[in-house]
Amino acid sequence: MTITTVNQPSLAPPATSVGVVGWMRQNLFSTPLNGGLTLLAAALIYLLVVPFFQWAIWNADWIGSDQSACTSDGACWVFILARMELFIYGFFPTTEYWRVDLVFALLAVLIVPQFFERFPHKGWIGLFTLTGFPVAVYFLLVGGSFGLEPVESGKWGGLMLTLVLAFVGIVAALPIGILLALGRRSDMPVIRTICVCFIELWRGVPLISVLFMASVMLPLFLPEGVNFDKLLRALIGIVLFQSAYMAEVIRGGLQAIPKGQYEAARALGLGYWKSMSLIILPQALKLVIPGIVNTFIALFKDTTLVLIIGLLDILASVQSAIVDPAWGNVSTEGYLFAAFSFWIFCFSMSRYSQALEKKLETGYSR
Amino acid sequence: MKRITIGLLGAAVSLSITFGSAQAGTLDEVKKKGRLTCGVSTGLPGFSNANSKNVWSGLDVDVCRAVAAAVLGDASKVKYTPLTAKERFTALQSGEIDILSRNTTWTHTRDTSLGINFAGVNYYDGQGFMVSKNLGVKSALELSGAAVCIQAGTTTELNLADYFSQKGMKYKAVVFDTSDQSVKGFESGRCDVLTSDQSQLYALRIKLNKPGDAVVLPEVISKEPLGPVVRQGDDAWFNVVKWSFFAMVNAEEMGVTSGNVDSMKSSTNPGIKRLLGGDAGGKLGLNSDWAFNIIKQVGNYGEAFERNVGKDSPLKIGRGLNALWSKGGLQYAPPIR
Amino acid sequence: MPPADHGTQKVAPWNDPKVRSVVFQFIALITLGFFFYTIFQNTLANMERRGITTGLAFLDHKAGFGILMSLIPYDETYTYGRTFFVGLLNTLLVAGLGIALATVIGFVLGVARLSNNWIIAKGAMVYIEVLRNIPLLLQIFFWYFAVLQALPAPRQSISFGGVFTLNNRGLYFPAPITESGFSYVLAALIVAIIGVVWLVRWARRRQEISGQTFPVFRTSLALLVLLPLLVFLAMGSPLSWDHPELQRFSYGGGGRLIPELMALLWALTMYTAAFIAEIVRAGIQSVSHGQTEAARALGLRNGPTLRLVIIPQSMRVIIPPLTSQYLNLTKNSSLATAIGYPDLVSVFMGTTLNQTGQAVEIVGMTMAVYLTISLAISMVMNAYNKKIALTER
Repeated sequence: MTITTVNQPSLAPPATSVGVVGWMRQNLFSTPLNGGLTLLAAALIYLLVVPFFQWAIWNADWIGSDQSACTSDGACWVFILARMELFIYGFFPTTEYWRVDLVFALLAVLIVPQFFERFPHKGWIGLFTLTGFPVAVYFLLVGGSFGLEPVESGKWGGLMLTLVLAFVGIVAALPIGILLALGRRSDMPVIRTICVCFIELWRGVPLISVLFMASVMLPLFLPEGVNFDKLLRALIGIVLFQSAYMAEVIRGGLQAIPKGQYEAARALGLGYWKSMSLIILPQALKLVIPGIVNTFIALFKDTTLVLIIGLLDILASVQSAIVDPAWGNVSTEGYLFAAFSFWIFCFSMSRYSQALEKKLETGYSR
Repeated sequence: MKRITIGLLGAAVSLSITFGSAQAGTLDEVKKKGRLTCGVSTGLPGFSNANSKNVWSGLDVDVCRAVAAAVLGDASKVKYTPLTAKERFTALQSGEIDILSRNTTWTHTRDTSLGINFAGVNYYDGQGFMVSKNLGVKSALELSGAAVCIQAGTTTELNLADYFSQKGMKYKAVVFDTSDQSVKGFESGRCDVLTSDQSQLYALRIKLNKPGDAVVLPEVISKEPLGPVVRQGDDAWFNVVKWSFFAMVNAEEMGVTSGNVDSMKSSTNPGIKRLLGGDAGGKLGLNSDWAFNIIKQVGNYGEAFERNVGKDSPLKIGRGLNALWSKGGLQYAPPIR
Repeated sequence: MPPADHGTQKVAPWNDPKVRSVVFQFIALITLGFFFYTIFQNTLANMERRGITTGLAFLDHKAGFGILMSLIPYDETYTYGRTFFVGLLNTLLVAGLGIALATVIGFVLGVARLSNNWIIAKGAMVYIEVLRNIPLLLQIFFWYFAVLQALPAPRQSISFGGVFTLNNRGLYFPAPITESGFSYVLAALIVAIIGVVWLVRWARRRQEISGQTFPVFRTSLALLVLLPLLVFLAMGSPLSWDHPELQRFSYGGGGRLIPELMALLWALTMYTAAFIAEIVRAGIQSVSHGQTEAARALGLRNGPTLRLVIIPQSMRVIIPPLTSQYLNLTKNSSLATAIGYPDLVSVFMGTTLNQTGQAVEIVGMTMAVYLTISLAISMVMNAYNKKIALTER
């Protein structure tokens, strides 16, 4: 006699715990309080988001060349499109736009490999981005050699100036930051004190006062007859300020390297500079790349402060454009455009740094 | 990597620093550079304002162009450095600019404690008030309790305090960094009154969305002689700037304009002869055609006035105090002799 | 073969690490000294040649300009030295209020980010990702002009029950005027505060000894409210209100929050709260899940678990980055100058600098003030951090 056991097919889970309904029950209406909150949030979003999209997209004007094109009660994006050249190139001569475009293109080509896990010569490309590329940019933008027409820095502006300020700030601050970080961990009390004082001084004061000092006081510090360009003065201020923050980020990396590495380097008979540059720094710098990207984001946003000392970055060029009486009241459009440009850059960079952080994560996450 | 960066910085520094020998005066330096660096405002229609192509124009800009024409023979060889009110004096003191022509009021404190010299008055101005028409205010004496928008770092702030305390009135000062922002503050209703030099009020009014809704009150509460400024202690350069401006005023007085200056060259009038030729230029360290270049390329004072702020401009300001002395105004240039 | 005598082997002085270190430090010191000396000499020479006045004598000169908002008595007849303190107090005011508000909002957002309610969690995430990726200066401009444009003119003011009045000149509220006898009410308040401190200590000691809890929160609240209130009534209500009234141009009298302060505070708070929320989230996530499970096993509900178990432990992770956010907020308050809120940078490094032309002294003083504030905040937070740090046996 054979006994056959036939398993009853399992019942399907109740309809209220799977699918859309189940998901909503679990994630939106798990308790009465949660349900209330959900409804409240949904109402708020509806009240804020719908009118915004109506204003910004469905009712907006996109095509035209002057204010007469802005007839509906939505946003007047015509204004942004009409002044786009100012927002991107500042007052760079129209015939020389290709130089700026070339810089943008080069930057894009150099940055893209960094997003791939395995890309041939990725490290070398990164190194070139930090060394050779700035030199190329310098000759391209400043001109005056290789048959390029010189363009004075007073004509730089818009997105291009913002990128130049942020990029030069970070590239020049990196080596100074490394030296300061090493100095702060040095055994020599005098060197350590000097570095600590330098770092704490710049970290303790607002960037606006540093820029103000660079633009107003720096000329007084220099011997008679020596005079810096206004942009260069702002850059000096930014680099000094930024190097202090960079030093703290790198110090974090140095502290994360196990002591055994230092001792092993010593045991191999390497001197201080050799052990630092060949053993410690390569490891430490790799660890702090996310931190460096984060300070870069902070710097990128902080470059807007140069408008207070009269440089025409992207925010300043938007501000100068929105007071143009020929366009009526377009300040909301202008500020939104500036906000969106910054947001795109900062958001993508922060995502990049978060991904890196995850990759470098060695601890346990729950 | 570090070495390359330092090298790069070095390259940037060496290319952007301008080394001038300590002894050389500003005149020689400008001649050597072949370009005049002129500090102007960040945008004030009629006085110094850049259009969307970054071409500068205005009464103050014309002073710079006149100096460039006199020294370099070409009015277009000027580099304009826009400055906020806060930065202007340090920019001049530090040598970043050769001449400051930025509607700057000549006051005792500035003349004596900032290490600068005023090289003349190219616009006689006075501080006034602009109010919104629907407030129904007819006189500045009705302004007690009003909120007043001002631009930071100007003599305006001090005059305003003096005037209100003298008349026993109260006010709230809302201070903005640039004139653009103060206009925006006024337009958005943050304050009832916008105060500034009267000429500026007219200039700022055309920046409003509805210029017709604002009126400039008749009261003038201060003396504001505006003029170009140079560094103290460089007398040769001081003279060049001073006389470049005087040449424009003298030209108007003698009836020499940019249109007739070519034919006037052969005039028999001894005054005109001294202006357009002679050794006046040589004594300033300039070529003998210095004044000819100014008048040919920039025009005389009257032309510059009408073109920038007068009847040929959107501002439509009358000559008033700025008419020639012979026509009831204050513009009076010492003779070229 | 005799053993190599390492002890007596002479090392050339230029190879001796000690000598090298001393020489190197000496050179660094000399270079630095020379650098500062050169700068000092240059500055003095430049200022002398350009005829710029030096020294701090200007602080005693009459200022002669008005300031929009002051916490201490000020008008045009006061000195430049006074403008320094007016600006400093305004900076401290906005920084203090900003830190308090940003902390509260940041904690709420950080907890909301981890909420199991999908829409709340995502909403908090969108808020954080948008706000912290847009420059603060831009946000300040936007709020200032957006707020100004949204608010009505004084004559069309919005009134809240006749007590508060809101228009584009600010938020007006009745200002309290104290009459004689009010000092007793203040004294009662101080007594109540001392009482509460004592009560908290006593309750804790009692709980440690006997395990009995005491309703500290409710008792303290009652003490803080009732004692001053009783004295207030006993003294015959020694307080009257100065109500703002509509005048020729705007409201006069009473108290007022100017729109510059509102916009700056709003922007600073919203921006910093986004960063604090991320810090709080990371802090909470750093507490091992076992802690939550243990708390549940002890029978604690959601609220007490968070309040008594998770938050105290996560504070150790939260405090150091939170400190730097406080510092950032304080330094960022200097952006006030862009919209005309009369803070230290705007009043002192702005108007005063321009009226006197003494850049070196004024910029130096301003930077010293910020440095002092920063160091003070760091010290307080470090002390707090030490107090809550994990003490391992």
